[in-house]
Amino acid sequence: MSGKWLARAGKVWLVLILIFLYAPIVIMGAMSFNASPFYQLPFEFSLNWYAALSGNDAIRTAAIRSVGIALATMVIATALGTAASLAFFRYEFRGKFILQTLLFPPIAIPWLITGTAMLIFFFGIGLGRGTPSVLVGHVALALPYVIVVVSARLATFDRTLEEAARSLGAGAWTVTRRVTLPWIMPGVVAGALFAFAVSFDQFVVSYFLSEPGDATLPVLIYTSIRKGFTPEINAVSTIIIIISMAVMLVAARFSNFGGDR
Amino acid sequence: MAKAWTRDGLRATALLSPAYLWLTAAVFLPLSAMLYYSLLSDVPFGDAEWRITLDNYRAFFETGTYAALLWKSIRLGLTVTIVCILIGFPCAYVLAKTIRGRSREALFLLIILPFWSNSLVRIFSWAIVLRGNGVLELAVNAVLPFDIRLNLMFTQTAVVIGLVHSYLPYVILTTYLALQAIDDTLIDAARSMGAGKLTILRRLILPLSLPGLLAGAVLVFVPVVGAFMEPRILGGRFGTYYGTVIEDQFVAVFNWPLGAALSFILLAVVLLILALSSPILRRARA
Repeated sequence: MSGKWLARAGKVWLVLILIFLYAPIVIMGAMSFNASPFYQLPFEFSLNWYAALSGNDAIRTAAIRSVGIALATMVIATALGTAASLAFFRYEFRGKFILQTLLFPPIAIPWLITGTAMLIFFFGIGLGRGTPSVLVGHVALALPYVIVVVSARLATFDRTLEEAARSLGAGAWTVTRRVTLPWIMPGVVAGALFAFAVSFDQFVVSYFLSEPGDATLPVLIYTSIRKGFTPEINAVSTIIIIISMAVMLVAARFSNFGGDR
Repeated sequence: MAKAWTRDGLRATALLSPAYLWLTAAVFLPLSAMLYYSLLSDVPFGDAEWRITLDNYRAFFETGTYAALLWKSIRLGLTVTIVCILIGFPCAYVLAKTIRGRSREALFLLIILPFWSNSLVRIFSWAIVLRGNGVLELAVNAVLPFDIRLNLMFTQTAVVIGLVHSYLPYVILTTYLALQAIDDTLIDAARSMGAGKLTILRRLILPLSLPGLLAGAVLVFVPVVGAFMEPRILGGRFGTYYGTVIEDQFVAVFNWPLGAALSFILLAVVLLILALSSPILRRARA
């Protein structure tokens, strides 16, 4: 009897956690459709803030820049990361363990430290602040994720298939293109989406590396929040969260996130 | 044979070097540059006079202000970690042991999803909820028979709430994976031999899920100690932490060498924690 009661309490707890996780996001989204600029209730539906958004050049430029950087990060990190994963999968060599361990600092060290270190170094070598620096930083942050996700997919690959293709006379490049890549494609797509998300949602590193005049979207939002809330920021935040959740949902479908499919 | 090895070696190098050269240029060299900077007396640009010195580290140990702030950030990290474990463990347990099939997969994804969305935007959404005369205050007053003032915005509580919201999915994820690995027949066996619920929890489930729990704790604690955006937005006047002081050195005060030294001390704390927990983390991954 008490077991049943406990199970029910557990489910209630789970629902409460989900409410805790989603309520603020839902409220923010709802408020972006509220006419009052001070989030006053009662709620009055309005699309004013979205209309204001389309006329806001600063936000639009920042949005285009953010998407551009995220796409470039996705392409570069996926190419470099997939190549590295293939090397880890195919070859045994000295220092392999060290190289794999070196993937953790970019993930594990707080971004505050990585970001300020990048700022110092890029200034020292004359690259300075700006979009190129932001891109270099984002690719470095995304690379370990791509390598982890693609390697996870490679672990399910039967390596005798590569040997069979090679024994039939296929060259290394043909084997990669015709045998290995098609098999690991879901992992590569998931890795690419992770890379896009890492870049698109990245705030800390972009904050230290972007020039005041050419901020990415999160950096622009942060500076706006510190100056005072505006419902326009609310509207753009709602759009961002919908995009990044959609990207992650698709990524989760491609990787074996919730178990085998 | 030797020739084959060389060819494989060449291929491995060709495949690996772009990624690792990039990581070197964007992460490892910058970290080394930061160590060097932390030993300078002034930024080495223009005609500023500079020399090698330990003054920046001396500032940390002698003034006490920075050490006090680091301790404040560590306490914040501990608070957030403990809250995350207390509310995350039961949730992970329910997910791993009482819910089955496709709904479990969907719920798991629902819990992980916010974690992968924009952290800045999620913190901002709490600012809307917590502010005075905001949604939370109205909701509480609608339920309670008497009116109370509930303005949590710009308090340390707001900072803790925002950070728990940001990092809770980490704890649930790692604990869930550890709990899922516990064989149900083990629990049945314990029960059939007369063990009560508390005994099973204390003697069986907790020890077996400890690696996952600790892995989650480390994954929460490390970024929280370095947090600066969350305290800035939700903490206001009470939002000065070690991370915000480092931020100030780089974007407001422009004392980069001091900022570098403070960052490096933070890195030392982080590496110490990661090193201490690495045997446990490795066990959690296996």
